[in-house]
Amino acid sequence: MTQVQDLYETTVGLEIHVELSTASKMFCGCRVSFGGDPNTRTCPVCLGMPGSLPVPNEKAIEFTMKIGLALGCKIAEHSLFHRKNYFYPDMPKNYQISQYDSPLCHEGAVEISGDWGTHKVGITRVHLEEDTGKSIHIGGGGRIADSDYSLEDFNRAGTPLVEIVSEPDIRSADEARAFVTDLRATIEALGVSDVRMEEGSMRVDANVSVRLKGAKEFGAKVEVKNMNSIRSVVRALEYEEERQRKALDAGEMLVQETRHFDEKTGVTSSMRTKEYAFDYRYFPEPDMVPFEPAETWVGSIRESLPERPAARRARFAEEYGLGAKDVEVLTSSFKAAQWFEAAAAAYPGDAKKVVNWIIADLFGLLNEAGLELWESKIAPSQLANLVTLIDSGKISGKQAKLVLGGMFETGNDPEKVVAEKGLEQVSDAGAIEAVVDEVIAENADAAGKVRSGNLGTIGFLVGQVMKKSKGKANPQMVNELLRRKLS
Amino acid sequence: MSIDRKAVDHVARLARLDLSEVELDVMLTELQEILGHAEQIQALDLDGVEPMSHSVPMVNSMRPDEVKLSLTQEEALANAPEVEDHRFKVPRIMEDEG
Ligand SMILES: [Zn+2]
Repeated sequence: MTQVQDLYETTVGLEIHVELSTASKMFCGCRVSFGGDPNTRTCPVCLGMPGSLPVPNEKAIEFTMKIGLALGCKIAEHSLFHRKNYFYPDMPKNYQISQYDSPLCHEGAVEISGDWGTHKVGITRVHLEEDTGKSIHIGGGGRIADSDYSLEDFNRAGTPLVEIVSEPDIRSADEARAFVTDLRATIEALGVSDVRMEEGSMRVDANVSVRLKGAKEFGAKVEVKNMNSIRSVVRALEYEEERQRKALDAGEMLVQETRHFDEKTGVTSSMRTKEYAFDYRYFPEPDMVPFEPAETWVGSIRESLPERPAARRARFAEEYGLGAKDVEVLTSSFKAAQWFEAAAAAYPGDAKKVVNWIIADLFGLLNEAGLELWESKIAPSQLANLVTLIDSGKISGKQAKLVLGGMFETGNDPEKVVAEKGLEQVSDAGAIEAVVDEVIAENADAAGKVRSGNLGTIGFLVGQVMKKSKGKANPQMVNELLRRKLS
Repeated sequence: MSIDRKAVDHVARLARLDLSEVELDVMLTELQEILGHAEQIQALDLDGVEPMSHSVPMVNSMRPDEVKLSLTQEEALANAPEVEDHRFKVPRIMEDEG
C-alpha cells in the first residue's frame, strides 16, 4: 500500500486452542457440554481433590492424533503428560495437566492460498491438555486487575483441549485469515470439535512482530489475545501491524508484552501484567504412564481422514470447473462444501449453474437472515430441482428467484411453491399461440412494422403477450412465435 | 550441584509456601542431602540410558469415553470456604506476588 509499509515485514505465529467434543472430560467421566448450571458437572478428579486419580480419555487421544495427522504432523512414538505448575483459581489442582517436550504430534504443515499465491505454514506441535474453569470477576467493571473478588465455575475444568502451535510463517493478516479458516474447516470435517469461536470452543492467540525488511533478528514478540471470530483476528492483526510500524517509524522501542483486543474499538491494549517470567516447573505427570500409540491405531486413523481443504479446493476447481473465488466461498467451511456437493450431485447439468444460484441468490437470503448455507430450510436436492425446473422451461429465471424466496421461507419443494404462487410458466405452444394471435390483432401497427423489417418493435409485442399471460408465457417461445408469424 | 538459601527461598515462593527462617534452614539442609544423592547418580556413566519418567513398565493407560455421574452442585460446593451464586468465591486475584 504505502511506502512506509514496504520498509517492514510482519511475522505472525498462531497458537490455537480447540475444545474437543468428546462425551466425557479428559481425565474423568463428567459430561462435556457448553454452559449449564454452575458446578453441576464436577467430580473429585476435576475439582482436584487429594487422592483422586486422572485417567486419560481414549477418544481425546484419538481426536488429537486425528488433528495432528490432518495437519501433516508426525505422531510421537513416545509421548508424555506433564504438570504445568501455576496458581490461579480457575485451576483447582494448582497445576494443569498438559504436554511439554514430548507432545502427541509434531512437525506438520498446512498449505494456504490467496492473492499472494500458495504458501506453506509449518505446524510446530499439536498437544493435548485440560481446559480450565470459568472465572467471573466481581467489581471493578469485571476487569481482573480492579475486581474485588472472583467466582469460579468448574463445569469446563478438565474439558479436553488441543493446542496447535504454528511456526512464525504467516506474513499478513490475510494469510492468518486463510490459515485459521483452513484449520477450522479441517477440524470441522474431522468432527472432533464444534470449532465455534464465539462460544470459545476455538480460541486464537497471535504472536505478532514487525521488523525492518531483511533484519536478522525478529522484532519484539507481542502476543495478542481475545479475538473471538476470524474477522476479529484479521482486525486485531491489521491494527497491531500498523501500531508496530508506526512505533518503529517514530524510533520507539517495542517491548515484548501481551495485548488485549477490544472488539468494539478494534484496538489492542497492553494487559498491564507486571513483567515476570513464569516458572511453570514442568515435570512428568506421575499419575499417568507414557503414551506409545500402536502403529496399527495410527494407521487406521490416517486412513479414516477426510479430504483436506487444499485437496478439496483443487478438486472443486478441476471437477466442477469453478473459478478461484467460487472455490474459496464454497470450501471455507466443510459443511458448506458438503451442502454444495449434495446439490451438485442431485443436478444432472453443469454444476456451475447450481453454484451461481447459491452465490448470486441464496447467499443474499442467508446473509439477511444471518444463517449459514447448511442451516437454511432449503435442502441441497431442492435447489437442484429448482435449477432443473428452469432448464425444462417450466419457470423462467425471473420466476425462479421468487420461487427460491418461497422455498427459503417455507422449506417447501420448488414444485409446490410454483403451484402455490401460480408461477407455472406456460410452454404449451397452442396456448401461447392463441395469445400471440390476439396481440397481433390488437396491435396491427406494431405488427406491421415488424413485418416490414423493423425487428426492434418485436420487444414491444413480446411485452404485450407477457402482460396478457400475466408473466407466465415462456418468453423464448413467444419471441419465436412472433418472429415466425410476422416474417 | 549445590543449593543456597536464596534458591530455597525462590522455590518456596514458587510453591506458595510461607516458610519461617528456621524452616528455611531445615529445608536447605534437607535439599542439600537430596541433591547430594542425585549427584552420586549423575557420577555414573549413563551414556545410552534413556531418561526414565515412570518406574512402572506400562504404557497407554486409558479409559473409554463414557459419561459417569458427577457430584451434585451441593456436594461440589460443600467444601468451599465461601459460595456466591452457586460458584466458589475466591479472594481478589493478585496478579503478581513477586
Ligand atoms: Zn470430573
